[in-house]
Amino acid sequence: MAKNCHNDYKMKFATDEEFPDLSLHNNHMAKVLTKDIYGKLRGKSTPSGFTVDDVIQTGVDNPGHPFIMTVGCVAGDEESYEAFKELLDPIISDRHGGYKPTDKHKTDLNFENLKGGDDLDPNYVLSSRVRTGRSIKGFTLPPHNSRGERRGIEKLSIEALASLEGEFKGKYYPLSGMTDAEQELLIADHFLFDKPVSPLLTCAGMARDWPDGRGIWHNDNKTFLVWVNEEDHLRVISMQLGGNMKEVFRRFCVGLQKIEEIFKKHNHGFMWNEHLGYILTCPSNLGTGLRGGVHVKLPKLSTHAKFEEILTRLRLQKRGTGGVDTASVGGVFDISNADRLGSSEVSQVQLVVDGVKLMVEMEKKLEKGESIDGMIPAQK
Amino acid sequence: MAGSFTRMISGRNRAVLLASLGAGTMATGFLLSDNSLAAEVRTKLYPPSSDFPDLRKHNNCMAKALTPAIYGRLRDKLTPNNWTLDQCIQTGVDNPGHPFIKTVGCVAGDEESYEVFAELFDPIIKDRHNGYDPRTMTHPTDLDSSKITNGVFDENYVLSSRVRTGRSIRGLSLPPACSRAERREVERVVVMALAGLKGDLAGRYYGLEDMTDKEQQQLIDDHFLFDKPVSPLLTCAFMARDWPDARGIWHNNEKTFLIWVNEEDHTRVISMEKGGNMKRVFDRFCRGLKQVEQLIQERGWEFMWNERLGYILTCPSNLGTGLRAGVHVRLPNLSQDKRFSKILDNLRLQKRGTGGVDTAATGDTFDISNNDRLGKSEVELVQMLVDGVNYLIECEKKLEKGHDIKVPSPITQFRK
Repeated sequence: MAKNCHNDYKMKFATDEEFPDLSLHNNHMAKVLTKDIYGKLRGKSTPSGFTVDDVIQTGVDNPGHPFIMTVGCVAGDEESYEAFKELLDPIISDRHGGYKPTDKHKTDLNFENLKGGDDLDPNYVLSSRVRTGRSIKGFTLPPHNSRGERRGIEKLSIEALASLEGEFKGKYYPLSGMTDAEQELLIADHFLFDKPVSPLLTCAGMARDWPDGRGIWHNDNKTFLVWVNEEDHLRVISMQLGGNMKEVFRRFCVGLQKIEEIFKKHNHGFMWNEHLGYILTCPSNLGTGLRGGVHVKLPKLSTHAKFEEILTRLRLQKRGTGGVDTASVGGVFDISNADRLGSSEVSQVQLVVDGVKLMVEMEKKLEKGESIDGMIPAQK
Repeated sequence: MAGSFTRMISGRNRAVLLASLGAGTMATGFLLSDNSLAAEVRTKLYPPSSDFPDLRKHNNCMAKALTPAIYGRLRDKLTPNNWTLDQCIQTGVDNPGHPFIKTVGCVAGDEESYEVFAELFDPIIKDRHNGYDPRTMTHPTDLDSSKITNGVFDENYVLSSRVRTGRSIRGLSLPPACSRAERREVERVVVMALAGLKGDLAGRYYGLEDMTDKEQQQLIDDHFLFDKPVSPLLTCAFMARDWPDARGIWHNNEKTFLIWVNEEDHTRVISMEKGGNMKRVFDRFCRGLKQVEQLIQERGWEFMWNERLGYILTCPSNLGTGLRAGVHVRLPNLSQDKRFSKILDNLRLQKRGTGGVDTAATGDTFDISNNDRLGKSEVELVQMLVDGVNYLIECEKKLEKGHDIKVPSPITQFRK
């Protein structure tokens, strides 16, 4: 991850010759990138050697996604968001509801500010989960980091996590040492990240050297997990069966803050600034990086004509129960917050709690053969 | 440029940094909290030993040859096109082993990779090519197809015949490394030259971007077109970037002479036809190749070639002739005989499924081709294939009649 000398070599070719063919593309990067912007940015490099071609490669290689409008670019380090702001600011604005370069992002990890959330009907809400990501200052990000850096991140994470206690006492399982059986079980329990097969990740260089430096840490209860070196340095997850999102969020906030304290003590704060909030690899995860969601049975509501409209108004999104890129099985959906940047953690989880509660009530109404027209919410 | 984003490190910080070199991760981590480090200092904090890949579960030529000492000497070197060792070996790090074949595990990004990283490539070449030593040996090139004898097979057994090779355009980076501009330049150079082919070689270019899905599937089914790159051997070597930009296929009107542009190599040149007339296939192959070479030379370009390594291609396994001559042949009895593999080995042949590399055979039909690429000329290799296939057919006929067969003695290599 030294300076990208290969970029100097490419500079001898004209901008027109190097500009990617995006005529069949449908992602945020393709919408925003013009020859003009590309021409201005292609000569730049962050101190660690990340260039605009590196930023956009995944978007060039993946013209479109069947279910979601992908971002089509990644950051290679904290400085990417500054060096390539001419490209990334409009993408961030598109992706995050018009967020302006001058806007400030609010962070609120005080779980006591969440109202309700402990009474989602477990006959419908099968499980609850909140995840976010964190990047460790001083290291480059997964698309770009060398093996040495990745191992440095892993070592630092293990040492930090090993000092957690009480409900957070746990153990680290490096991917290199795990048996296939252990690994399959962890995937089936929704604990472990997939082997990277999605071209969105592989084309961004995030699967290099797999499984070197990757692993999963979880507490003894398996309700608090940390993924190391997948799409971000750390992914932090709190989860449990049933509908007690309040408890899940409490554990999330408490655990995160404990981890952050420890990293700060080792002089490795998390990447954060007051404009973009927490800095992560994908621009879609800036801000809170938070995805709070449930697996919920909505067989009737999901086939209702207004389902998508309801989700949009509640600021929620749906996925299949295998996570992103999967379809729903048996009427069970993964419902989570759509926003990441421009609102706080508490407000995003509040939207999930309130929205899911409403949708379960709608489902019950539809079961009885009653109409839900009077329950359609206003745009949040 | 980079300078505007690199803040100066204070004298005190630099002293502390340098004093800590070689310390453990926690101390190293402490220093990295200042994220304005210049790239050079960062490099010092990550000596080659910290970056050396974990190859304990690996089984490819690169993993066998790469030692920490070699890595230490080569990691910070650059080719003139600024390509690095890490980029050469990434595919071998990401792909520990292949179920059917021992893979090479590294690629060249340009012609100079084979020189700058010779300390790694030479032992790999020796391992892969039966002891061929690039330091001391020279590779013979011979495209005089008139020398081939007995080159027409019994069509009761041989369903189709094919010869392929690759050619790289000197002065442009290879598929793992090339920028979009370079790749488009390769396409331009090749397509312009091919437009000059005449007679039975006259044909047309189909850019992958303009092809309909239907045309594309037809070409794949006819064994004419290359696959969309899904093999991790290719994708991890960065060869699928920007797909399908500047990729395409040219073929003559009779569909017996084909050129793939910008797949795993700048060009792959293929001569093929149904039936067993390998002689005619090889005739056309040599004639076509020579004409294409002439056409690009008229425009001031040439192929990458030297007398140590023959024709320079992306994968070290394709150095020398880059030639794979093969047939689709039915061997229902022989393929059941437990001596089949040994016979193939001794004849220096390999079997693949009829979908090409990474596929299994369907029914009794196999793709049989030469193993070797480097150290023997094109004529020698095709003759070996011809003699070998004729022998296999003889065995098959014998077994049909209930007679016994013999395992032939192994063909001698240059390795003593």
